[in-house]
Amino acid sequence: MKKPKLATIWLDGCSGCHMSFLDIDDRIIELAGRIDIVYSPIVDTKVFPEDVDITLVEGSVSNEEDLHKIKMVRSRTKILIALGDCAVTDNIPSMRNPYGPEATLRRAYIENTAKKPKIPNEVIPKLLDIVRPVNKVVKVDYHIPGCPPPANAIYDVITELLDNKTPEPIKMTRFGK
Amino acid sequence: MSPQTVKIKTLKIDGIDLSARGGETILKVAQENGIWIPTLCNLDGLSPVGACRLCIVEIAGSPKVHPACVTEIYEGMEVITQSERLNRYRRMIIELLYSERAHICAVCVSNGHCELQSLAKVLGVTSIRFPHLIENHRVDASHDRFLKDDNRCVLCGRCVRVCHEIEGAHTWDFMGRGITSMMITDLNQPWGESESCTRCGKCVHVCPTGALIEKGVSVAEMAKRRQFLPYLKMMREGENK
Repeated sequence: MKKPKLATIWLDGCSGCHMSFLDIDDRIIELAGRIDIVYSPIVDTKVFPEDVDITLVEGSVSNEEDLHKIKMVRSRTKILIALGDCAVTDNIPSMRNPYGPEATLRRAYIENTAKKPKIPNEVIPKLLDIVRPVNKVVKVDYHIPGCPPPANAIYDVITELLDNKTPEPIKMTRFGK
Repeated sequence: MSPQTVKIKTLKIDGIDLSARGGETILKVAQENGIWIPTLCNLDGLSPVGACRLCIVEIAGSPKVHPACVTEIYEGMEVITQSERLNRYRRMIIELLYSERAHICAVCVSNGHCELQSLAKVLGVTSIRFPHLIENHRVDASHDRFLKDDNRCVLCGRCVRVCHEIEGAHTWDFMGRGITSMMITDLNQPWGESESCTRCGKCVHVCPTGALIEKGVSVAEMAKRRQFLPYLKMMREGENK
């Protein structure tokens, strides 16, 4: 039997959720025996594969690249999981929402910069007007709240899905955990 | 209350036969018998107002749901406190509260001590389906000891009731209606300039979220102490006898 394919992606987040995923420690070896991690910041694939079974999404949808990525990922994934509060509720990235992208960029690149203050206009993707959680952009199958979600909650959700059970992440985590 | 006037009523909550004094509310009877009903605006020691609607229950013979904190029991009443419909409504209330203000648990002083947050967990809310209302309410830091952050307020009105009923100052009140409702001190003056505020801090400690806090606390540090309230209430009732 072919092993299910797992991917993880990182939008507007701090990588803390991926750190928490790595905090499952040696159980990642056991997981590697049951799944193929086909795309992730922790593996070296450049292109998101066409037929992924489970994708964990960290971070909120904040710029044009995030928007493009999440739509592409959704179309290539059977089960999409919002991992952590940024993906689930938009969390800290959304704190810029009342001010708008211009004021945010001005604050970051002009007001708080001593040398050569300049708002970058190439290479980095354009900020969207409003930061949104993943479920406001595409359909999400499961949410794992937490900032970051505990390693056990992440491990539990993945293994429950591999065992064809319905995961109940709220038993092991909550908003802001 | 003299013994002659006490009327005992019998009723069922979740199929359990119970008896309680007439005039008691469903919530009170449930709590006395160890039956859990979720609450947010309600607090032991303050008058019930039925503002948050989380304590809604079903009563046999009524198509409506009823707030348990303000609904009195009657003879033969049959109450259901847990059902798919009630849980659906309760989860929706939590989601609407989350969507109305900027409840960002991860950076909140009340993280880990917040009643809204723990209710979300208990009721199984893992995401918010409604779009966020994007507003930026000004923080009132004019008071030398306390701080008000409307961005974390759920309009439960506990501060209004504790200030009026227990402290007797009535510094707090509501302003506006519906989605524009805000908590105000005096006549919408800065808290620090309030002449009625006695600086007792009761409002801070009954607030279920991080909306009213002590100054100088950082993320997850604002643990609240509410033990004083039933005790104060009991002692005052004793004085009035």
